[in-house]
Amino acid sequence: MPVKILIPTPLRSFVGGLSEVDVEGQTVGDALRSLVERHGQLKKHLYAEDGKLRSFVNVYVNDEDVRYLSQGETKLGEKDVVSIVPSVAGGVGPSTTASPLPLSAEEIRRYSRHLIMPEVGLQGQVKLKKASVLLIGAGGLGSPLALYLAAAGVGRIGIVDFDVVDESNLQRQVIHGTSDVGRPKLESARARLREVNPLVKIETHEMRLTSANALDLFRGYDIVADGTDNFPTRYLVNDACVLTGKPNVYGSIFRFEGQASVFATADGPCYRCLYPEPPPAGLVPSCAEGGVLGVLPGIVGSIQAAEVIKLILGAGQPLVGRLLLFDALATTFRTLKTRKDPNCPLCGTNPTIKHLIDYEAFCGIEAEWVNAAAGEFEIAPVDLKKRIDRGEDLVLLDVREPQEWEICRLKGATLIPLGRLPYALGELSTADEIVAYCRMGGRSRKALQILQEAGFRKVRNLTGGINAWAETVDPSVPRY
Amino acid sequence: MIRVPQDVVEEIRAQGAGSYPEECCGALVGRASDGLKSVVLTRPFANGNPDSRERRYYVGPDAYREAETWARAQGLDVVGIYHSHPDHPARPSEFDREHAWPWYSYVILSVEQGKPGSMTSWVLADERDRFDPEELQCP
Repeated sequence: MPVKILIPTPLRSFVGGLSEVDVEGQTVGDALRSLVERHGQLKKHLYAEDGKLRSFVNVYVNDEDVRYLSQGETKLGEKDVVSIVPSVAGGVGPSTTASPLPLSAEEIRRYSRHLIMPEVGLQGQVKLKKASVLLIGAGGLGSPLALYLAAAGVGRIGIVDFDVVDESNLQRQVIHGTSDVGRPKLESARARLREVNPLVKIETHEMRLTSANALDLFRGYDIVADGTDNFPTRYLVNDACVLTGKPNVYGSIFRFEGQASVFATADGPCYRCLYPEPPPAGLVPSCAEGGVLGVLPGIVGSIQAAEVIKLILGAGQPLVGRLLLFDALATTFRTLKTRKDPNCPLCGTNPTIKHLIDYEAFCGIEAEWVNAAAGEFEIAPVDLKKRIDRGEDLVLLDVREPQEWEICRLKGATLIPLGRLPYALGELSTADEIVAYCRMGGRSRKALQILQEAGFRKVRNLTGGINAWAETVDPSVPRY
Repeated sequence: MIRVPQDVVEEIRAQGAGSYPEECCGALVGRASDGLKSVVLTRPFANGNPDSRERRYYVGPDAYREAETWARAQGLDVVGIYHSHPDHPARPSEFDREHAWPWYSYVILSVEQGKPGSMTSWVLADERDRFDPEELQCP
């Protein structure tokens, strides 16, 4: 098996100045022996007189110290990279060699408040170090999850996201900072986590989680923590967790209320046992539509982080078979008992779902998209501006909430919140040409349906809402 | 020969005095070519020895990798290690030699009663049986 060995700077003069050397070997021991055979002068620097590796010579396979694998017997696969990594010691003291510990002295200092608790201890901290957790989303819930799991020393943390940092994220997504606006969230998160704890490995997956990639991705981790903000991905995460046998540490937030639970363990219920069907599309607003108290994901995401750590340690009672409800306005925590549903189509006794499905369709979202694609009733902000400038007679219908109206509005617009629209049709005339708008174009599309069903023909939807107007027409209008 | 600019010398002296009576240590980060090493800056290491930090320093592989990655990111390399000898002369100990890497410059600062004293640099001989003194220039 051809293997690449990375040579640290102090040893390069013995291998002709190269930073990497290609050798042959089935195991780490083989590869190193073949290296010193070829470059004889290395031998006395790497091996002590008794034939063992010197205490300050550390060998890694990819990112793992072989001390935690099978040492010299560690098998090598294709594309594995072996690195020789120095540790450095010295001083005036007498010569003794410290016995190798499963944690470095640096780790022992860093995790000392864990180590002194019997529930964690050295063994627990080593469990954390060997564990891997996949976080779905680097947003409101993903922020505290990633920060606390990295700080706690969870050895490998994967994060899936494809978004860039927006100013409106900063109110709750504390892993990102003001100077990160416009930067990919994964980049920003990685930089912050490196600062929090350079000893843990961060793996970033810049992609949209789909039925095509979820199973392969999940198989590479021990635990999955769900920080998504929409139903299709939530069902996808749950189903992929059940199909790959990974616990799903779930959290969700809306306005002032949050939920958390642990789904898809061997003996506990899954998300579908609790919610067999998604709510009708559009019924439950997302945080982008309904708002969320910034500190709420901090609380719920931290609860998720605690659950992940408990699962790794095998300590305490995780939220399996319990749904935790938190209300920030009342400051109450309630737990509801949840049961594994024997008729669950996914994890019941006779499951009918054996593969991942089309989750957009399952949640009824596709139909809406198709509707949106019917451009006939859409008007772009620039086109609306031209028509207003030409002095055309248009009725601008704002279907947002009054608190949004206070932030910004289009000149001359009429406010009828979407919820009141069906009862306020009398305030509008079918003779007028109406352009409906909201923040981003979703609610006004629903307003259009209501109007059309009531016989209004000359109706348009402002594509992208007032935010798009602010972006492309009038920068003095604040985006929110 | 190793060239350590005056401001870096001052930094190491300050660290040595600051950590007294414990030892301080860190990476010398800079460039190397044709037997000349030029230090640009230092990357202090936390002394990872769990006890007797007055007499011993230890830096684990993770901390080393972190320093190396940090140096690489700035287009530089780790070219040596500095550490202090509290109340001991600026000469490598047996312990230093047994744990030394070849090629690296080992800069040693003596700190007497909390006051930084002389500074020397050493390179391990290829036979590993001794340290050879290295010329230390402080422009």
